[in-house]
Parts: sequence; structure tokens; C-alpha cells
Amino acid sequence: MGRGRRGGRALARTAGVVAGAVAGVTVARVLRGPFRGGRPRPAGPRDGWQVVTIDRPPERVLPGGRWPEPLRRLDGAVEVAQGPAPGGRGTELAARPVRGVPVTGMAAHLVGGGDPAPLVREALRQAKQLAETGELLRADRSPLEGPRPSGPVGPGDGPVVPG
Amino acid sequence: MRALCWLGADGLAVRQVPDPELRNSADAIVRVRRSATCGADLPLLAGRAPALSVGDVLGHEFLGDVVEVGPGVRRHRVGDRVVVCAAVACGNCWYCRQGLYACCDNGSTGPAAAEVAWGQPTGGCYGHPRSAGGFAGSHAEYVRVPYADVGAFAVPEPVDDDRAVFASDAVPAGWLAAELGEVSPGDVVAVWGAGAVGQMAAQAALLRGADRVVVIDRYPQRLGLAQRHVGAETLDYLSVDVPAELRERSGGRGPDVCVEAVGMAWDDTEPRSLAERFAAAALPGAAPDRPIAVREAVHACRKGGTVVVLGTFTGFVDTFPLGAVMQKGLTVRAARQHGQRWIPMLLDRMARGEIHTGHLATHHLPLEQGALGYDLFRTRADGCLRTVFTP
Repeated sequence: MGRGRRGGRALARTAGVVAGAVAGVTVARVLRGPFRGGRPRPAGPRDGWQVVTIDRPPERVLPGGRWPEPLRRLDGAVEVAQGPAPGGRGTELAARPVRGVPVTGMAAHLVGGGDPAPLVREALRQAKQLAETGELLRADRSPLEGPRPSGPVGPGDGPVVPG
Repeated sequence: MRALCWLGADGLAVRQVPDPELRNSADAIVRVRRSATCGADLPLLAGRAPALSVGDVLGHEFLGDVVEVGPGVRRHRVGDRVVVCAAVACGNCWYCRQGLYACCDNGSTGPAAAEVAWGQPTGGCYGHPRSAGGFAGSHAEYVRVPYADVGAFAVPEPVDDDRAVFASDAVPAGWLAAELGEVSPGDVVAVWGAGAVGQMAAQAALLRGADRVVVIDRYPQRLGLAQRHVGAETLDYLSVDVPAELRERSGGRGPDVCVEAVGMAWDDTEPRSLAERFAAAALPGAAPDRPIAVREAVHACRKGGTVVVLGTFTGFVDTFPLGAVMQKGLTVRAARQHGQRWIPMLLDRMARGEIHTGHLATHHLPLEQGALGYDLFRTRADGCLRTVFTP
């Protein structure tokens, strides 16, 4: 995939904190995205952007410009950008923590003063999965979540090392 | 319910565990009829990454009866006899739409761990830790099947349980090899490993019109099965010079397609190298995999040919002959199987008698003898090719 092509594509960016928007009704406006200027800049730790590609058109990812629910929880703490992915691959959705602005509300509770990057990554993954499958895949219950497996179920069923 | 659990230092044993439950709308619950051992389980039992937790249930190659479906399931009803693809995939992401189901973006509940290990998240698999899926295994009375409409397939009546169970993993893995190798009429194909996957790769190559298929192993019983049931030529690598023999059988060219279906070895017969020390630094306590068969496949393959890697490699490999790859212009391809793409077609071929799997289940055991079953499978004792459990 030629990165050079990305530089020319307009990305719509919404920044709840900048727009002063209420969570859930943030409206997208066209701004420079994570790949800006004539030479695209990679998203990542250097400038804080994290990106996922969602196999759905932009109007399905941000209907009416509304952020996907997993990102709404971080409203006020992140800015969001989106644009079409090349080759008909859907939508590139990007987010990064805002800097220099006090975080309030639910976002402050979630971020909790720690590194918000993992939360941003998780929210992007969840937004992608919700858009593509309609729900978040849940793991089977871990053996560590509840009571450990109970003892042998019959004679001769005790632990055996398989070698 | 009863399930074969990994108990850490205590090995494997049947324990009572909670019944699985519907966790997503597209889930089904399947009562397991048959569940097979697989070579991909051995690295887990050997303690290699990803690490199991005490109580984890093994097994990913299985079939059974649907006993419960979530509200989002459309293709299956209670009572259906289904074989379930070992790989978990959503069917809705870009990778699934390309047919690359094992690369699914939404098939695992632990994508962060996969990103660290592989650079990208991959699809899930039953009977693996959360970092490799998060789904309990099939060596149990019941198993939850996520994305049931995508990963479960009705089994045609003529295909009995003992044959159909291998449509879950071994048969599509073999078909994958022939696809990746783009095996064509007239090709000479060499397959390292006469296990179930290697035999199915040989069978797939013959079905795609290969002129000669040569299977390489050191176990006479396995080689005999590959001859009788698949129709492949065989080589015992303990008694012949394999590359020389393959050159002879391919007019001096070398095989057009070389398939590695062995997997890693981790004995200590090779001296430590710089690469090995690098791998150990990245994964403390883990020795790198030994791609012994891959090396030989690369060396034997004709110029411009294709080497397909099917074996389960879990990390780094050491002393890879990259020079031969470059000098001979080889294509090296590898993947986990994308069974959702082929299982209906493969079941039809099995029903028509074109694909033979009845000989693969050499040992049938109850779940309670799970530890013995894995011991037989791991050591190849008693001619064991695959142990199949009936919960």
C-alpha cells in the first residue's frame, strides 16, 4: 500500500474537547488527519495517533458524524479522525489522546491518570468489531474467573502427566 | 460437564468444569461426538508460548450435535450434526471476505497479545489460551462455537463421525498446502511428514493433478498408510538421501512444490548460534524452533518452485537457508488453514469417496484416557497417527 497516496486524502477529524461537544453528538468536521501535509506522517507513538481499518464505509462507522460508542466513553480525552481506506478496504479510523487539556467526566475516570494509549487502542478495536460484526466477542469463562475445576470424576481419573 | 483439563505440572486429567454458555448472539453450543488430538497441541503441552492456564481445556478438531443456538444463528438448528472449523473467524472483516479466515481481525478475544507476538492480531482457535483465542477446547462433553454460521458445517449423511472429524482441521490444512503451492497437473510434489496433515496435503496434490507425490517420514507404519490410502510414493529419511532421491524422481529438477508438514523440533542437537541467543533474549526461557524439514525442503525444491510451511511454529527459527531461497528464486508461503473457505467442498469430496480419512484415527479412547491418548500421539507409540476421543 503506497503511503504517498494517503497524504492527498481528506480525513475528517472530530475533537470533542476542541469542539466542546457533548458526548455522543460530536459532529465530524474536515480537518487535517493523522496523515497530513504533502508527506504522510505515520500514526503511532511519535504523534500519538493509533489507527484501525474498518471494513465498512465511513457513513457506517460514524453515522451522522457520531463517534462509535467505545470512543464516546473517551470523549474529552481523545480526538478522532476518519477517512476512506485505499483499495475499497473501508474506513481508516484514528484516535489519539488530547494533550494539555484537563480531562473530565467518564474519560477522566477511565484514563485515571495513567497512559491512555492502551485504552485508545482498545476503544478502536471495539469500534471496529462493533461495526463489522455487530457485537463484541466474549471469551469463554477463564478457569481463573470462577471455581477451579473440581476433582477427579471417577476412579483412575487422577492427574496423569502426559510425558 | 466432564472435560480434559491441563493441570500444570500434574499434566492432563478429566475434571468437572462449568458447562459452556451462549456468550454472543451468533454462538451455538455443540455436544461433542468426536475430538481429535493434533500436532498443534504438543507445543502447548510442552510449555511453549502461548502459555496455558491451569484448567484450560484442550482440543480444536471436532464434530458434534448442535444443542443450543443464539438468537443470531440462522444456518443451524438444534439437532444438526456439524463439523466445526478449528479456526474461529467472524466472516465479516476484510480478511474473511478475502477467504483468509485464519487471519480474521475479530476471531480472538486477546488481540493485544497477538499484536505483540506477531505484529498483527490473528484469528482464534479452540483449546488455546486467551491470547490465542479465548475459547475452551473440544476435549469435553460440550463446547461453545462462536460465529456458528461461519464456522460450523452440516455433515452429509454418508460421512460418518470418525471420518468427518478430520474435516475440522487436517483435511483443510492439507488442501491449503495444495492451494498455496498452486499445484498443477504434471507437478512433482514432495511432502515432509506422513502425519494426518501431510497425508491430506499429498491427497490434495493428487486431486489437483500432480504427476507424482512423494511423502517423507521415518515411521514405516505412517509411510505405509500414505501409500495404501493416499496413493503417494514414500521415502524413509533414515535410509535414503532425500534430496538426491527427490532429484532422481523429478528428472533432476527438484520437486515443483515442497510441503513441510512436520512442525518444529526443539531438541538440543544443534549448537547455539547468534540467532538462537537473540531469540532467547526476546522470549526468555524459550529455545527457538528447529526448522529442520523446512531447510531440507528449501534445499530440495526446484528453481522457481514453491515451499509451503504448514507446521506449527511458535516463534523464531534458527539457521534458515535464506541464501538458497534467493539464489533459486523460491516462493515460500505459510498459513494456518482457512477451513471456512473449503469445508463444504471437502465434505462433498469425502462423501463421494475422493478424500479418504477413515485410516487417520488409529486410536479411539474415552476422554478419561486423554493423557494416554496424548502420550501415544506424541511418541507415535503403537503406530499412533491420531487419537480420537469420544467424550
